[in-house]
Amino acid sequence: MQKQQENAMKTTKKYKVLGPVATQFGAATTGNWRLERPDVDFSRCTKCRTCERNCPTNVIEIKKDQEECVVINFDYCKGCGVCTNVCPQQCINLIEERR
Amino acid sequence: MSYKMLDGNTAAAEALKLGRVKVIASYPITPQTVIPETLSEMVESGDLDAQYVRVESEHSALSVVTCAAMAGVRASTATASNGLALMHEVVGMTSGNRVPVVMPVVNRGIAAPWSLWCEHVDTMCERDMGWLQFYCQNVQEVLDLTLIAFRVSEDARVLLPTMVCLDGFFLSHSMQKVTMPEQEKVDQFIGEYKNKNVYLDPTDPMFLSDLTGNEEYTEMRYQQKLALDASVTVLEEAFKEFEKEFGRKYELVEGYMTQDADVVLVALGSMCGTAQYVVNQMRKEGKKVGLLKVTVFRPFPAEYIRKLVGSASVVGVFDRSAGLGGDGGPVFYEICSALRNQPTQVYHYVGGIGGRDVRVETIEMIYDELLAIKAGETTQHTEWIDLKEDALELREVIKNV
Repeated sequence: MQKQQENAMKTTKKYKVLGPVATQFGAATTGNWRLERPDVDFSRCTKCRTCERNCPTNVIEIKKDQEECVVINFDYCKGCGVCTNVCPQQCINLIEERR
Repeated sequence: MSYKMLDGNTAAAEALKLGRVKVIASYPITPQTVIPETLSEMVESGDLDAQYVRVESEHSALSVVTCAAMAGVRASTATASNGLALMHEVVGMTSGNRVPVVMPVVNRGIAAPWSLWCEHVDTMCERDMGWLQFYCQNVQEVLDLTLIAFRVSEDARVLLPTMVCLDGFFLSHSMQKVTMPEQEKVDQFIGEYKNKNVYLDPTDPMFLSDLTGNEEYTEMRYQQKLALDASVTVLEEAFKEFEKEFGRKYELVEGYMTQDADVVLVALGSMCGTAQYVVNQMRKEGKKVGLLKVTVFRPFPAEYIRKLVGSASVVGVFDRSAGLGGDGGPVFYEICSALRNQPTQVYHYVGGIGGRDVRVETIEMIYDELLAIKAGETTQHTEWIDLKEDALELREVIKNV
């Protein structure tokens, strides 16, 4: 996706076109939709992978050897809050998205 | 020059083959079914080098075809009636994204009452969706107008899709002798398909049909309006060159004995053949009647109609759809609008719907009525011309309450 952006930006010549079309993808990643983001309390996390298994967009990865063991891809996390609901430790909270 | 015996459906399929369509996605619906069947046989036998995509609905069919054309190949589908109604959402996508798809539509009534038979209501419902619309009188026209549609739609000044409308059963299942043009000449006439505006290409990505706010929407609609306006010139050029190459003459509107006519009837589609016969017969009796055959309904050729109606002071308009709730039907509105500054009296007729045959007697009744009005003998006007008298006493059922 990022590479597409670069390619599109490389084109310097402009053409007149008819109808609805764009070559810059402002809302290409679904993370743009997010109003709230999951915030993990790493000290209470047991790395049980429940959030990883239940994430509907598959953007959570558990890295057992890292201190910040719950890695979330915020390019695509929509902030749906499923992880906060399924976490047995209740250690994920939704906080307001910073803009 | 070679001839073939074809019905309207196979003529449409042959025309798409002559147009060398590369992608076909079509969902069968009576009376159009023979078109996708014939095309699939052509692909299977290798006669037509195309990808045939099996789809689950007409909505998907037109989506596949529109996107295939955006990706850079000539693509086509065909439908009828409720199938076109299901396509409605994508019909706007095709024209709004300026994709020059050519689609034969076999005219049939929209349920309910369930009908399989000819009526223009299906395509009339799509008349304001930014497509060009041609109405065919016979099977030869189905073939010819489809080829012309490719050329006009794909012209850089137009870039809009076209519906080639043929009357269900009266054309789709009527076997007629058709002059077949040579493939090389067709290739030359319509040229190779090229994306002239936007495209789908992974190496140069574009986001087509993105959300458009009110700061640009009006202008994009205006672009479509200008393209439809420009298509009149493009159509004229195409008709002229078609006549030069293939020897058959087409016009946006054809005036048949309208020059000195006292009364004129406006009609579309297969009934024009019958109407021409009636004009011939009545002229023998000294009755000055004429016919306006509207071949191109979108863009609506108002200018041409004004010229052709000329001095005729009484005009009848035959709508092959009911125009429910309106002050007349769709063709009637257009004619009234075109003649609004002329002292012409315009009368509306509804008939031939749900497959009811437009018979010689029906058209004679209209002409006689128009002539009587012209002569000042009557002011009586029968809008529903072929209505039976027992309209409100049709059926009885047993109710158990």
